[in-house]
Amino acid sequence: MSDSQDEVRAYTVRLELVDEPGELLRALHPIADNGGNLLSIFHERGNITPRGHIPVEVDLEATPERFDGIVEALRDADFNIIQAGAERYGEALTIVLSGHLVNTDLSHTLSHIQEATEATVTDLALSAPEGTEDVSSARLRLATEEGKADDALAAVREVATEKDLTVVEPLTAGGDA
Amino acid sequence: MKLAVLGAGAVGRSVAELAADYGHTVTALADSSSAVVDADGIDVADALATKDEEGTVGTDAPQAALDADYDALVEATPTTLGDAQPGFGHVEAALERDRHVVLANKGPVAERYADVRALERESASEVLFEATVGGAMPVLSTIADFDPEHITAARGVLNGTANFILSRMAAEGLGYEHVLAEAQDLGVAEADPTFDVEGTDAALKCVIVANVLAQGDREYTLDDAEVEGISSIPGSALELAQEDGHTVRLIGEVADGDVRVGPRLVPENAALSVSGTRNIVQLETEHAGRLNISGRGAGGPETASAVLADVGRLPER
Repeated sequence: MSDSQDEVRAYTVRLELVDEPGELLRALHPIADNGGNLLSIFHERGNITPRGHIPVEVDLEATPERFDGIVEALRDADFNIIQAGAERYGEALTIVLSGHLVNTDLSHTLSHIQEATEATVTDLALSAPEGTEDVSSARLRLATEEGKADDALAAVREVATEKDLTVVEPLTAGGDA
Repeated sequence: MKLAVLGAGAVGRSVAELAADYGHTVTALADSSSAVVDADGIDVADALATKDEEGTVGTDAPQAALDADYDALVEATPTTLGDAQPGFGHVEAALERDRHVVLANKGPVAERYADVRALERESASEVLFEATVGGAMPVLSTIADFDPEHITAARGVLNGTANFILSRMAAEGLGYEHVLAEAQDLGVAEADPTFDVEGTDAALKCVIVANVLAQGDREYTLDDAEVEGISSIPGSALELAQEDGHTVRLIGEVADGDVRVGPRLVPENAALSVSGTRNIVQLETEHAGRLNISGRGAGGPETASAVLADVGRLPER
């Protein structure tokens, strides 16, 4: 049996708020009410998203279980969550690809993933200890629209099969620990 | 209870050796080519010594163990796929005689679950199979206690060999082939490791869990599982995962009607990232959150303890 579910961890939640009075306060209630300990709030008042919303970044501490409750409560209160700390609240996911990445045209692989799913590759790390002619690995962070993570994963699997690459996927939703 | 033990590999041997400790009598023990039978209880130590010296447990034909006087048949022959024979036939023979069956062999409940359940309904006896999933860990009995109705998903690390290889690769920065050879030297991996490293063993366990959770609404076999192994994971993949606070584990999952086994990124300090040969199963419960069961997922005495726990759950005949 493990006690890691009881460990308090730090999380960052990015929200998009409608530009109306009281919205920020309304967003903090579900966090406090579900046992989250607020660490900092970064309210980008002057920075409007393409959808006309105001991005807010909240740092907080909670146990993984309470964090799940917080995300759920924010969703129930109709807040648009752009990104939540753990792997796959639909919006950002990390995968590792292995195989002959360079020989099979890594940039084509990346653009295929982006085009097929409208996902954005926000981070890329490559490791080729045997040289680029041999087997290498790449860690990709993908940002997708809410609810599109499964589509992005399907596109990754498709291009991986085509190019004989191995995919290490994140755990599916809810399996963050 | 009187037990007939089929199979004299690591699990069968341990069941025979530990049975007395749990208050049971072994009235028959068989390997693939011979059997020893005594309605008053066989001499287990003597039979196993004969097995070591001569390669057979006794002088009777294996069929004699099936026909012997027993309350429960312990089926611990090697897991076979497809028609799951000869294990399935042994289950059938015992149930037709209204004798209980305790399985350590995954084949019958992974490949022919509906057939096994149908035979059980026709019989006055029961079939239990705790030992088929996660060795010593009480996975199926926990699911039964919670009621499958209230379990929404299960996932976990269900193969110690694959987990040992991935943990060693990450900890030592070694390549797959190197660690596999080391695991074979240590006896953690078999000479032919395919079953473990290609995910088949973990998939069979997940299929069994899927069958239990489906409660007869749908039957799963290995063909229904999407399976990927770990043999093509290079050290560089583990290194990149580590840089990001993660590690790679061979995870089996049963959720939303799907059975999937494959390498997954797991946070390094998460409950799922057990190291070495340790196994873990997480159950998502409807009313009680997440439940973690962790322990030794393989080994003779470990698996035998699950078999004997099942024997203890059986009603008197």
